[in-house]
This record gives sequence, C-alpha cells and structure tokens, in this order.
Amino acid sequence: MLEIMEGSHAVAESVGLCRPQVIAAYPITPQTHIVEALAEMVANCTIDAEYITVESEFSALSACLGASAAGSRVYSATTSQGLALMFEVCFNCAGMRLPVVMTIVNRALGAPLSIWNDHQDSVSLRDSGWMQLYAEDNQEATDLHYIAYRVSEDHRVLLPSFVCFDGFILSHTYEPVDMITQEQADSYVPAFKPYHRLDADDPISFGLFASPDYYMEFRYAIDQAMNQARSVLPEAGRVFSEMFGRDYSGLVEEYRLEDADCAIVAMGSICGTVKDAVDEMRNDGKKVGLLKLRAFRPFPVKEVQKALSGVSTVAVLDKNISLGSKGAVALEIRDALYGSQIPVHDYIIALGGRDVRRKDIAAVVASAEAGKGDIFYGLREEVLK
Amino acid sequence: MREDEAACVLFDAGHRACGGCAAAMAARLILDAAGKDTIVVSSTGCMEVFSTPYPETAWNVPWIHSLFENNSAVASGIEASLKKQGRKEKVIALGGDGATFDIGILCLSGAFERGHDFTYICYDNEAYMNTGIQRSGATPYDASTTTSPAGKCSFGNKRPKKDLPAILAAHGAPYVATASIAYPPDLKKKVEKAVNTPGPCYIQIHAPCCTGWGFEGEKTIAIGKLAIETGLWVNYEMEEGKVTKVKKVVRKPVEEYLKEQKRFRHLFKPKRNDAEIAKIQAIADRNAEKFGIDINLKK
Repeated sequence: MLEIMEGSHAVAESVGLCRPQVIAAYPITPQTHIVEALAEMVANCTIDAEYITVESEFSALSACLGASAAGSRVYSATTSQGLALMFEVCFNCAGMRLPVVMTIVNRALGAPLSIWNDHQDSVSLRDSGWMQLYAEDNQEATDLHYIAYRVSEDHRVLLPSFVCFDGFILSHTYEPVDMITQEQADSYVPAFKPYHRLDADDPISFGLFASPDYYMEFRYAIDQAMNQARSVLPEAGRVFSEMFGRDYSGLVEEYRLEDADCAIVAMGSICGTVKDAVDEMRNDGKKVGLLKLRAFRPFPVKEVQKALSGVSTVAVLDKNISLGSKGAVALEIRDALYGSQIPVHDYIIALGGRDVRRKDIAAVVASAEAGKGDIFYGLREEVLK
Repeated sequence: MREDEAACVLFDAGHRACGGCAAAMAARLILDAAGKDTIVVSSTGCMEVFSTPYPETAWNVPWIHSLFENNSAVASGIEASLKKQGRKEKVIALGGDGATFDIGILCLSGAFERGHDFTYICYDNEAYMNTGIQRSGATPYDASTTTSPAGKCSFGNKRPKKDLPAILAAHGAPYVATASIAYPPDLKKKVEKAVNTPGPCYIQIHAPCCTGWGFEGEKTIAIGKLAIETGLWVNYEMEEGKVTKVKKVVRKPVEEYLKEQKRFRHLFKPKRNDAEIAKIQAIADRNAEKFGIDINLKK
C-alpha cells in the first residue's frame, strides 16, 4: 500500500521489518530521524531489538561488530563525520566477514563543515570491503535494505553493506512509498544464520593477526566475495521483483540509453533530475540517456561496458572528488571503458549540497559533446578569475 | 592431570609471550576463575599478538579481537546480542593499560555508563609494551620509557598513574578491584566475583613486564610482591563506590622495589637521587594513608 512518508521514516520502517536484533547508533544530522524512529519502535515494542545508545559512531559500529560476531542481525546508520570516525571499524567488519547493514545518509565531509549532501563520505570508504548501494528515491532506499540484508548474510558473500541515500534530498523528503508487509519481509529476509559465531559450546577465535605468509589470502578472499556479490546481488534483485514487482535485478539501470549518443553516468537522487532532463533533451531531438549506478561496490564493470558500448560520449556526474585526481565514478568508468576510445568527461558537481537543475544537466551534456569536461561544474565565478 | 596442566585448558600453552610474562599468567588465572562459558574480547596489544598468530590460537574459549581502542564497545554489542538470544555466557573485555587508560577510555566510559553486564580486566604493565615500552597514562612517576626517557634534564615519566579504578567507580560500577599476578588466589577470587556481579565490573591487574621494566623473567612474582609490600600498588576492592577490602602489609621502603628494575635505574646510578626517591616514597605514603594498608607491628 502506498503511503506518503518521510524518507528517514520509510527507511526506519523497512529496517524494522528486517527484524534487527541489535541496533547501535549515534545521532548525527541528517541521519537522526532514522535512529529516533527506530528508538520509538523499540520503546513501543513494535520491534524486538536491543538498542544500544553508544557514545560515538566509532562505538556504534564496534558494538555492531561484536553483536554480529555473537550471532545477531545488526543495524546502524550514520553519515559524513560519523562514517569517518568509523573508518577503522569498517575495514574490520569486512575483514571479519560480518554482514552488518548500515544506512549512509550521504553528506559532505568537513572542513569546511557542511551538513548537506554529496557522496564524499561513502565513496571515501570504497576500499573498505563494504558493498555500496545507492538509492535514487525513497522507494528504492527502503527496498535496498531488504536486498542488502539478504545479500550480506548470504554465505556465498558474507560482506557488510552500505545502503546510501542522499541526506535531506531524500532523507527529509516526503514521497509515496510502498511498504511490504512483515510476512513478506520475513519470507524475503529469512532469520539470520551466522556462518560462524562466538559460542562457548564451539569456541573459535575471531580477528587473529596474520603474518606476511597469510595476510594477502584474506584480502583475496574478500575480493572474491565481492565477485560473488556481482551475481548474488542481481539474483536477489530478481527474486525481489518476482515477489514485489519492483525491479532491482541490475547493478545498473539504463534510462533511454538504447540509441543514445551521449550517456550521463550518475548515482543517487540526482538520477531523478537527470531522467527529467533526458526527457526534455529527447523532446528537443537530442539522443541522450542515463546510466544509473545502483552498485558502486562491487563495481559493475561488465554492465557498464555493455550499457555504454554504443555511445560516443560519456558525461560522469561525480558528487565526490578524489583530490589530486578525478571524481571516483569517472575513474571507474574510464577503467571499465579502457581501450574503447569512448571519451569520458568528468563533472565534479553538487558538492556540499549545491543544487543541480535540469538546465545544469543540459549544460553538462553540451560541454561533454564539445569535448570539454574534467571540471568542477557550477563554481562561483569569482574563484575562476 | 597436574595442576599447572589443568590451568592450561582454557588459555593454552604454546603462545609467544616472553618467559615470565605476567599478562600470560593473568590470562590463565582469569579463565581458570571465569570458566569455559566466557567470551573474551581482547584489544590490540601484547596479549592479542602473542596468543593468536594465525592459524594458531591459545584461546579455548570464544575469543575476538577487533581494534586497539574498542574492546568495551565490542563487548557491549556481544552482551546485547547474547541478551537478545537468551544466552548466558559471561563477557570479559581484556586490555592492556594503553588500551584501557588512554586510547580506549571513551569506549570504556560509555560501556560503564550504559551499565552493560560485563567485566573489564586491564592487565596493567604500565606502558605500551607491544610497540616497545612507550609511556602511557598508567606509567608511574619517574619510570624511564622510550618516550619518557631519563636524561640529563629528565628523571623519566613526569606524572603519576591515572587513578582509573576511581574513575570507573564514579561511573557507578558495582564492583571495582585491583589485583596482582603475585597473589593468584586473590586474583581468581576477584575475577569470580566480578563475572558473577551483574553490571559493569572492573579489575586492574598489576602485571610486571620483565622486558619493559628490565628484570629477569624469573623475578616477575617477586617484583609483583614488592610493589604491594612497598605500597606502590595497593590491592583493594570497591563495592558500590566504597572501599570494602584492602590488603594490608608491613611496608618496606620503595627503593627495595625501584632498585630491582632497569626503568628506575637512573634514580640510583650514576649517583643516588634521594630527592626523587623521596617523592616516590611520598606516593607510597599517600597510598598507605588513603587505603589504610599499614600493619603496625608492636615492639
């Protein structure tokens, strides 16, 4: 049934439907509405979870790590500085193969301090061994949580997941969202069966130290698990679409790309604006399309190659910047298209919440078609003097 | 089975600790007291490194190590997880003094304030030993470490030990105790009490480090005893914030403890530094007065 809900509340409700047994979180803007809503559910016994009100994000994820290792399904949510504070623990969760699911309400990183949206926070954790899924709207944000739990806990994968959705743009926006029922959620996300757990009846050691004789094999195993996720994620998406009718079977989504000359590549809520801009440009006779990345980790190399094989220009919208290099998405796209001769133009855009409109997308396409690019788009003029 | 073999059942032989390592002795005694239904959360440090070189482990109880500073937070999560599943294992977080006094104090404070049912045990060897003897918040006054070296214008560490048991008692911890590997039955009794007391409990174990303090490995117990006998370490228990039990001694002068260790050698060589030794004696005297440890022999 469609309900008009705030994005944060929709996400909290979908997380509740996944029956997390332990929740540990620390408040930070714009994540707070999610953890407040979950606290309320616990207080009213709508969900049956232990809720740990930790003293920092660092402890939030550390508590999740411990709870997961002891055999519970866990949940946390954070953003920006909070995620930065979790840096060490993120690598640990992946290294110990603990299927933690965490919502990232995407926000810029300081300095200067900004509470507004871009993707610098989660993108900066791209090498941590977490799967990263990005939502275009609140429906997708809720649905990706079911998928994340199912895939993270799949014994072929056993990797933690970020479900990323844009701070304020989605988290604080009311949209119609179709919530599945508890019964449906239970059948899609079955009870957590840990592969290993801390258990006095079967004692094992987690988190040993590895000498140079062994370390590399652990890293290899994580990368192999990411490769597994390349097929397990679409599989979970297919089952989801069979059960609920919404299609998440692709790690990418193509929009009017079939005969496009110019492809725009983007992740997250900006894809909605891009779709509208594409429609407008199509009306004007321009052959433009969108390639939306739903998964950034694992990176869908083959899907990108296939989707972009027929285009003559690519414009990447990067809501992040690997300072001293390019936007992280453009680097991946160039890698995927290496040898193809298709020019990839990078646009660093919408950092720290700067608004992007349909006309900006049209300007980006015009720039890419003129062979320009690799710029910060929409800077204040005075810095260019 | 011989008694010493029996003690190796839960914390096994074959680990890589130095001969005479008090932390290894502490691990054996702790598990001996806590029993097999215990989950141990170790912080990064000597104990973690010498006991778990992959693919081996010395731990025959479920054991986890995540990071240097998060063992209390990981233990919080484990405790909540067990509670949710209706499981009854005890949770012990183990950390060295660096992990406990310094880098992990945020997580430790948070976990105690929230009142998780677990026991935090600090094996206090009074410096960062795993990285090669750097000072911590637990390093005693005038101890020479690699980051507080004695020199022409330095007598070693400039500050006394942080009073961490008092800080944790102030969190409302129901049981806080100090212990020493030199007194195994007392240590085990305290561990047993802590793991069976609901709520967050803290035990700080004096764990002389032969490598870091500079004494022969066979003297570990003797050094531990001297710390108690000089009043530089006090074994006590606090229940609900009040001191309820103290080990009393016929006190010896502090130099009997100091002169046995290379970390205090600069107080005696090249020439004896009476002024600094007197300052350390004053610390012992204050301990004695605060805890009432003195047994006054009648003449």
